[in-house]
Amino acid sequence: MTRRWKLPFSAWHLLLMPLALIFVLPLVQMVLTSFMSTAEINQFPPKLIPSSLHLEGYRALLTQTPVIRWFGNTVLVSTVSVVSHLILCSAAGYGFARLKFAGRGLAFLVIIATVMIPLQLLMIPTYLMFARIGIVDTLAAAFVPWLASAFGIFLMRQFFLSLPVELEEAALIDGCGTWRTFRSIVLPLARPALATLAIFTLLSSWNDLLWPLVAISDDSKFTLQVGLANFQGTRRTEWAQLMAGNVIATAPLILAFLFAQKRFIATMSFTGLKG
Amino acid sequence: MAVTFAVTPRTGSAARSQRGRTRSRVRRNVTGWAFAGPATAVVAGLSIFPAVWAFFISRAKWNGITPGVPVGWRNYEQLVRDPDMLAAARHTLVLTALFVPSSVVLGIVIAIALNQRIRLIGFYRTCIFVPYVASAAATGILAGFVFNPQFGAANDVLRHLGIPAQQFLEGPHEALYVVVLIALWGEVGFTTVVYLAALQDIPRELVEAAVMDGAGRFRVFRHITLPELRPVTVFAAVWQTITAMQLFDLIYTTTRGGPLNTTQTIVYYIYELAFQTQRLGYGAAAAYLLFVVTLILTLAVIWYGRRRGSEVF
Repeated sequence: MTRRWKLPFSAWHLLLMPLALIFVLPLVQMVLTSFMSTAEINQFPPKLIPSSLHLEGYRALLTQTPVIRWFGNTVLVSTVSVVSHLILCSAAGYGFARLKFAGRGLAFLVIIATVMIPLQLLMIPTYLMFARIGIVDTLAAAFVPWLASAFGIFLMRQFFLSLPVELEEAALIDGCGTWRTFRSIVLPLARPALATLAIFTLLSSWNDLLWPLVAISDDSKFTLQVGLANFQGTRRTEWAQLMAGNVIATAPLILAFLFAQKRFIATMSFTGLKG
Repeated sequence: MAVTFAVTPRTGSAARSQRGRTRSRVRRNVTGWAFAGPATAVVAGLSIFPAVWAFFISRAKWNGITPGVPVGWRNYEQLVRDPDMLAAARHTLVLTALFVPSSVVLGIVIAIALNQRIRLIGFYRTCIFVPYVASAAATGILAGFVFNPQFGAANDVLRHLGIPAQQFLEGPHEALYVVVLIALWGEVGFTTVVYLAALQDIPRELVEAAVMDGAGRFRVFRHITLPELRPVTVFAAVWQTITAMQLFDLIYTTTRGGPLNTTQTIVYYIYELAFQTQRLGYGAAAAYLLFVVTLILTLAVIWYGRRRGSEVF
């Protein structure tokens, strides 16, 4: 009889452990490198752990670039996008799911059709349009395209369709108007869908590079992504500063992800299955 | 109301109900549009109108300042013979052909692994999903550091494996492949999540019944899991095709199309045409061409998925 040699742990660890490290180590290195001195960074073989906490990278970045400003701009653009998405898309989603009005079918069809039109087709005319109404080079240019989206409307509509109608009918019979029914009966039930919508919008607007790069050329109006990308263009070798900038640009979302992992994963899989 | 009754006693009730119905229909429409209108206006106004305008721009020679000169289809004719456009198209196709299957296969494998009930699974899950949250711009900057030919960690790993140091993003023959690797690092979390959700939706009874009938692990995977994942696979392939065809952020923060233009993608070329060299008409034509090709590719992937679905299973 042969005895089967057995691992003391599941064989899946042999696949997952290296994979997990490949995915997370670059981010760990990014954070650690941001606390190194330039001399330490330029060593080969590279070190992972800084010898002591060097803050030169952050200090140089703060003094040489308006990175705080960029951070504020990004927060503002993302906040406006998320709030506007929550209001406009949930209202529209409810309209398309529950209210009967002339042109409803056609309007919804048009919205779904726009999903096929890619950004790079829109960026040239949108830029020209914004130039004409004079909002190029302002923060409004960065957030106006994010005020609402076809995906958001679709997501909220699907959610409202999945709710039982009886609750709303009862509210209407009790004399609630459409608006009050929506505000105080339907919206509180929609919290999970609203969270998904908020995370989707936050991820897209915070991380967007191409559109703000096109629409904004004034240094003080940059978002973090544009600011860093352009900073990198001029300081290719200032790695401590670049990594410090990267930490500032990614830390908020990574922390949010770590705290609300379940919600983020639900958002990703919803984008996947229904997008 | 009472006055109305008194004045028109004969047609009273009919007229009232008629008018009431009209009024309630108007009110319904106003309410409906009050809810749906603002978002619809934003979405349609920022896509339908610009998309139509882009078509007119694409048939002109225009720098955005002096009046445009209509040139008919000449931009398109020139594009299909433009060596830079053809090179960009080739790079984009290579990138798509490598990125889409890899991200789908990796997504399936990692999702199956993450679906096991073993220790540390929460830790693995977090590690594998976290890069998806990082922006493509930050990912590109970070990749420039990790793949730095002089002191980057990638060459250090190769050194330990006894492989000579590489140029990575600075090597004309390898840069495009390194870009694919970086894109995979950032996007695999997405396909993994999608597959993980799909795996958890497979009815347990199906697997149990197969096992009862004597199917081994591999046959369960081949004949139950894979077919159940098919619709998701079509979707993931379409989504990742669009992602790959529109790759810009990563290129901008890693190579800016270099070295020697070997990583110039179509979207990067469009960006350069329209916003660096101010050839708006030509850029718009390139964007339209890309739109049409993406649309055809997407439909092809969907059609292929459907056809295979009915033939094989």
